[in-house]
Amino acid sequence: MPPALTDVMDALAGIKPGSALDAVRNRRPQAREQTEASFRALFEPESFAGVSATERDALAVFVTGLHGDAVSAAFYADRLAAAGPSPEVPAAIDAAIAAATGQGPYGRYPAGPLSREDTPGPSYHVGPEARRILGARLAAAFDHAHLLVFHPRDAAPARLQALLDAGWSTTDIVTLSQIIAFLSFQIRVAAGLRVLATA
Amino acid sequence: MPDKIIEPPLHTAPAVFTPALLDWRPWLKPLAEESLTERQMAGLVDAVRAKSPYFRLLARDPDALRARTLTDKDIFYNPEAGLPRGERELAAAATSRFNGCIYCASVHARHSATYSKRADDVQRLLDEGVAADLGERWNAIIAACVALSATPIDFASEHVERLRRAGLDDLAIADVIHAAAFFNWANRLMLSLGEPALPAEA
Repeated sequence: MPPALTDVMDALAGIKPGSALDAVRNRRPQAREQTEASFRALFEPESFAGVSATERDALAVFVTGLHGDAVSAAFYADRLAAAGPSPEVPAAIDAAIAAATGQGPYGRYPAGPLSREDTPGPSYHVGPEARRILGARLAAAFDHAHLLVFHPRDAAPARLQALLDAGWSTTDIVTLSQIIAFLSFQIRVAAGLRVLATA
Repeated sequence: MPDKIIEPPLHTAPAVFTPALLDWRPWLKPLAEESLTERQMAGLVDAVRAKSPYFRLLARDPDALRARTLTDKDIFYNPEAGLPRGERELAAAATSRFNGCIYCASVHARHSATYSKRADDVQRLLDEGVAADLGERWNAIIAACVALSATPIDFASEHVERLRRAGLDDLAIADVIHAAAFFNWANRLMLSLGEPALPAEA
């Protein structure tokens, strides 16, 4: 794949060369460059290893959709569409987003003084129809993404066992976790800089 | 043979937010320290991180770890202008407190207290949570971190205006945004790949 002409964060945040925020980003040049390198390492790696390009983009469509961030969601939906999946895949992801949407962060703390801060909320699992279309592996990744996006403090070893049982390896799980967690960063930087540009 | 999770050995999990030094126990098998490849070492950036099971687990995807680590270092350590170091660490601690990451909050509470010299206020953030009244400048920074960390994101022009009134310029506000956003990345890894533990009594 040829190198992209634009920096992904600039594209998501709407930052134009020579603008005030372009100058602000240039004051942290390594963060700027390595944010882009993080995107490349996770979405355009030298080797896709155990997580395919389509799986990575599909996961990103789901995660950006859960955030309700239209700009990021459109960016990853375009990438997924370019991979040419069967038309029922984007539709299944959209249905999963609609079923999984919520408000975070919530979850439970270890029993003790913090229990008074426990906030209940749903634990989501992809439904049978979307699971049929997405497959067991991607469905398990979506279940995990919902946990990390909305209620990461409910994480437990059993949740990783569910990913292993679905056919992901330990190394794959590290990559899936990095994708979900990186997107949680990328979406927020872009959203924050968009607000800063207009405030 | 399929991979397996690790059942952490018997230990005491911290039940409160604390600035104390904590251990972290992985739920998946880190790479072995003695067999790290050159590329995996490059992913760690600092050779000393080969001692950490957290970083040796993330080194399974070395290019992603390397880029993430270098992003982290510039957001928090770049000394040029912007938000003072102690307040970048405050943003990390406040985000971790809000998301519920006891381990990350402990590390960055210590850093924030060290650089800001306001250990009592940092302790109140840990004890009382993100609604603690720590003076308008810190309150504004914490409120911005909370709004950015909510899903869907709640951050709006009123947060920027409040930060400006508190004396932050645009570079400092961009530092708040990056610090909070970065800990939405870090918290999710720390919370979901293992768990904190109180160190065994010496």
